[in-house]
Amino acid sequence: MLLIHCPWCGARDEAEFRYGGQAHVDRPPDPNAVDDREWGEYLFVRDNPRGRFSERWVHSAGCRRWFDVVRDTATNEMSAEVPSRSGRR
Amino acid sequence: MATPRRTPPEPPARLWRNPEPKSRYDVVIVGAGGHGLATAYYLARDHGIRDIAVLERGWLAGGGTVRNTMIIRSDYLLDESTALYDHALGLWEQLPDELEYDFSFSQCGVLNLAHTEQEVRDSRRRAFANQLNGVDTEWLGPEEVAEFCPVLDTSGESRYPVLGATLQRRAGTVEHDHVAWALARKCDEMGVDLVQNCEVTGFRTEGDRVTGVRTGRGPISAGRVGLAAAGRTSPLTDTLGVRLPLQSHPLQALASELLEPVHPCAVMSNHVHVYCSQAHRGELVLGGGIDSYNGYAQRGSVHLVERQLAAAVELFPMFARAHVLRTWAGTVDVTPDASPIIGPTPYGNLFVNCGWGAGGFKATPGAGRVFAHTIATGEPHPLNAPYGLERFTTGALIDEHGATGVAN
Ligand SMILES: Cc1cc2nc3c(=O)[nH]c(=O)nc-3n(C[C@H](O)[C@H](O)[C@H](O)COP(=O)(O)OP(=O)(O)OC[C@H]3O[C@@H](n4cnc5c(N)ncnc54)[C@H](O)[C@@H]3O)c2cc1C
Ligand SMILES: [Zn+2]
Repeated sequence: MLLIHCPWCGARDEAEFRYGGQAHVDRPPDPNAVDDREWGEYLFVRDNPRGRFSERWVHSAGCRRWFDVVRDTATNEMSAEVPSRSGRR
Repeated sequence: MATPRRTPPEPPARLWRNPEPKSRYDVVIVGAGGHGLATAYYLARDHGIRDIAVLERGWLAGGGTVRNTMIIRSDYLLDESTALYDHALGLWEQLPDELEYDFSFSQCGVLNLAHTEQEVRDSRRRAFANQLNGVDTEWLGPEEVAEFCPVLDTSGESRYPVLGATLQRRAGTVEHDHVAWALARKCDEMGVDLVQNCEVTGFRTEGDRVTGVRTGRGPISAGRVGLAAAGRTSPLTDTLGVRLPLQSHPLQALASELLEPVHPCAVMSNHVHVYCSQAHRGELVLGGGIDSYNGYAQRGSVHLVERQLAAAVELFPMFARAHVLRTWAGTVDVTPDASPIIGPTPYGNLFVNCGWGAGGFKATPGAGRVFAHTIATGEPHPLNAPYGLERFTTGALIDEHGATGVAN
């Protein structure tokens, strides 16, 4: 089980959190201005690196706030927990 | 007790050579899991292409092919899915004879339980859809379920009451490692080079074509390249700047000690995220859903195993005193619509077969056959035509979340 550092509550078991996938995925500011390819990319395609990955977690069984983490997907080493820029989704 | 001192018997003959890679092949397949091996097999058998290398970073079939829980079925909801998975099931029925290898294909039947009224409606809909597509799925009421699988708690008193189940009688299990070895032997006999310990690290390109692969053992030129690298596909395509809609996740499974045969079939429950069968040797084999986070470590989190066991013990009270002997994990590549991607890429002679997520073992021969067709002709086979990458632009998804709610 991962040990995840909530920026507000500190280190807690993974079972208290939910996963939010890749961080910093911006919705195209004007959906009508993008073509089907770009819109499809936005909807369906996320980075999938083996290595460092910026991702979102929510402390659903705790303070219920979202935050970003950089985790290595090969080793699970985590660093740089910061509140999510967008707050919640 | 003393062991008698006899001359030990000769070990059995090797099933394939261990060749050094050549500097060029007509076709290079990346990944010697079941899908890569089946692809090479059908390329050689049906398309007369024999100058093939299957390159494997580790050992043959050491990925999902031997980490899966061996469930084979074709009772998916949508037309595109039943066509592909039932094609595979038909091939499984022929393969033991064709490959001259007994890999214990047991058509013991797979039950998919319904625990809520909504699940009853969804399950019956799937059974009827299957029947219209010529697939042998039936709907069983609770008494019939009890008769088919007496170890299930069908009393109605349990935490997850069994309101009925779909049953596919032709579904079942096969011994996964033997399947890989059987395919490997035939490939080798037809001249295919199976090269282990040979990691592909990138590609050589010329314009919009790949001219070969870079490997830990030097560059290898190729006329065409097919990727069958499952959970590790993205790191490869990333080197070409091709972003695929894949997320790699850990998926775990576990096995008990050897027990007397008590469990006659395979049982899945999407609702409580667990499934269970008993292997020929006697282990109970259990699995569940993927770990939530992306991961390539081939290990998952223990609370998922705990949840699976809690659910399994509710469904099968008599298993409460069995022991977990081992747990393990693989890396599965999941797509947004829970259906695979099989087809061409922006590079004219590079093809992908990936995104099988938690349920691609059952498709092994079918996937290999249509992928071989795609590589040999440059065009998808009718069965994989709907499975191209373009569906994530057109929106023509093949949404199978209903039939794959639980892994396998
Ligand atoms: C725990 C678990 C349970 C499952 N249960 C079921 C089930 O009951 N039924 C079912 O149908 N499916 C099940 N699956 C899914 C199934 O295992 C996969 O969908 C299937 O094995 C995919 O086959 P494959 O040949 O594509 O992949 P793999 O067997 O993973 O083969 C891919 C191969 O490519 C190699 N490779 C990767 N990258 C490179 C590289 N760069 N260079 C060289 N080689 C490379 C890997 O080492 C690997 O051997 C389960 C999976 C897991 C993990
Ligand atoms: Zn918190």
